[in-house]
Amino acid sequence: MKNEDVKPPAASYKSQRINQGALYSWPMGVWFIIFFIAPIVIITIYSFLKKGLYGGVEPIFSFRAYEQMSNPKYGILVIRTLRIAVISTLITILLALPCGYAMARSKNQTLLLFLVIIPFWTNSLIRIFAWMSILNNDGILNQILLSLHITKNYIQFLYNQGTVILVSIYMYLPYAILPIFTSIDKFDFSLLEAARDLGANKPQSMFKVLIPGIKSGIITAVIFTFIPVFGAYTVPLLVGGKDSYMLGNIIVDEVQKTRNWPLAAAFSMVITLASIIGILWISRANTSDAKMKAVSTKEENYVTEAQK
Amino acid sequence: MNNVFFFFFPALRNRKMSEPARHAKKSWKKHAPTFSLSKTVLTITLLFLFIPLFVIIIYSFNDSKGAEFTHPSFIWYKKLIFDSQPLWEALLNSLIVAFTSATVSTLLGSLAAIGCSWYKFHGKGFIEAVTYLPMILPEVIVGISMLIFFSGIKVPLSLFTIFAAHTTFCLPFVFLMVKARLDEFDFSIIEAAHDLGATDAQTLLKVIVPSLMPGIVSGFLMAVTMSLEDFVITFFVAGPGSTTLPLYVYSMIRFGVSPVINSLSCVMILGTSLLAFIMRKGLKTFAASH
Repeated sequence: MKNEDVKPPAASYKSQRINQGALYSWPMGVWFIIFFIAPIVIITIYSFLKKGLYGGVEPIFSFRAYEQMSNPKYGILVIRTLRIAVISTLITILLALPCGYAMARSKNQTLLLFLVIIPFWTNSLIRIFAWMSILNNDGILNQILLSLHITKNYIQFLYNQGTVILVSIYMYLPYAILPIFTSIDKFDFSLLEAARDLGANKPQSMFKVLIPGIKSGIITAVIFTFIPVFGAYTVPLLVGGKDSYMLGNIIVDEVQKTRNWPLAAAFSMVITLASIIGILWISRANTSDAKMKAVSTKEENYVTEAQK
Repeated sequence: MNNVFFFFFPALRNRKMSEPARHAKKSWKKHAPTFSLSKTVLTITLLFLFIPLFVIIIYSFNDSKGAEFTHPSFIWYKKLIFDSQPLWEALLNSLIVAFTSATVSTLLGSLAAIGCSWYKFHGKGFIEAVTYLPMILPEVIVGISMLIFFSGIKVPLSLFTIFAAHTTFCLPFVFLMVKARLDEFDFSIIEAAHDLGATDAQTLLKVIVPSLMPGIVSGFLMAVTMSLEDFVITFFVAGPGSTTLPLYVYSMIRFGVSPVINSLSCVMILGTSLLAFIMRKGLKTFAASH
């Protein structure tokens, strides 16, 4: 309501100088066109061109890159990447839901947010390195196991798919906790009371009232975990082995080693499309959320007016 | 789409809640059993998040080179400070890139935010939509596409290409932080300034800019942080002689681990915590100011 009181002067201010907006905003727009749109357009075009002899491309139209991509060897790679991303996202969300809930209901929200943000902002290489020094052959975990005589020999924890999933979960857990926390924090808990009053037990009220109510937060969390894991490069490179070579790695290798740029571009298109679908999904969930919010505030206003 | 932004800065969410809702939230706690599953999971998760960091910090004070902890010492810190010339050069490069790209992205991003939230013009929808893409696209794609772009237009890889890439991925954050501040902006103070005889330039410098300052400063700090810690995109657009700190850390991890990396990591973790602390306070006053 308060915002609407302020709007009229704002509106008149707007109408006075209608063209300055373009002057203010287009410098950033131009920057994005040069340094973001143009590179994406170029790799889109590259994915439809013929591979150059020593890297680069020849300006001849060809579907060769997409044909190569349908090679079963790459099919396995895509499925593997999908599997790692799906498993990591699933575990991350399952952990993030109770965490976000406990944080939203805690009295020490600020402290807890601070604690989640520290690992979130710490350099990603250092976080990966920390795991490497824990799981290494002479790392701290093996040392503990050996000194407790649980195992007789070193166990190789690093360089397999399980480690990639573990470290991916570690890397993106804060990304998932924050949006879930935010949406639970804004959630109207009187709905849960109502559900309980109407005879739902606690799990029922959680799964049928709370979870649907924070859907947009969960979708944001899913996207922000799934897409980075799907396009991961550093984690599989540093802690993964032969069985955890992912899409991100093949793109880089095709650019730097094999020098098949059209193929790298075609793989990049796959990830880009997945990301765009993700963005559309979030924005759709948000608009439907906003619509629901609008209806409920309207109802609230009726109530307050009736009370007057 | 706002969710994307508030996900990064949850403290900025407008926490207006109706009285019955707030009451329900409080009294819902009464239903809580003494053993809370969610709190247990949260505790375990926080331990999971912090144990690796603590391991690094403890190792950084280890006297010996191996994995076994012998006795505490500062030897790796001494080495870090007095015997790591290339590391300091890398840090210098990182700082140059961070401050130039944060400055440019703060300038462009803040102006664009003002334009997009106060005015109507052609291409506004396009600009707003395109801003979200660099945030969500995996870093590998952004890095590779920029590498191909720069090699296509024959720009040699150098600190300049790193600067251009960093500005690109910092811009959305600055834009969104300043825009959030603008959405709460009280236009009556502009009218008041005009009524009191201020010119447009005076209004801009003495009224608008100071009241947007918290948003602009947090946008700038955010950009500096993001630039300082980026590895993947920098990895692709860095040329010979333009090693940044994360690239140096990468080469330390990849080729020959010296325990100096532990002390360096410890310093970086402390730096991040300090920055999070500064930002937190800023964000809280920022959220509380309306």
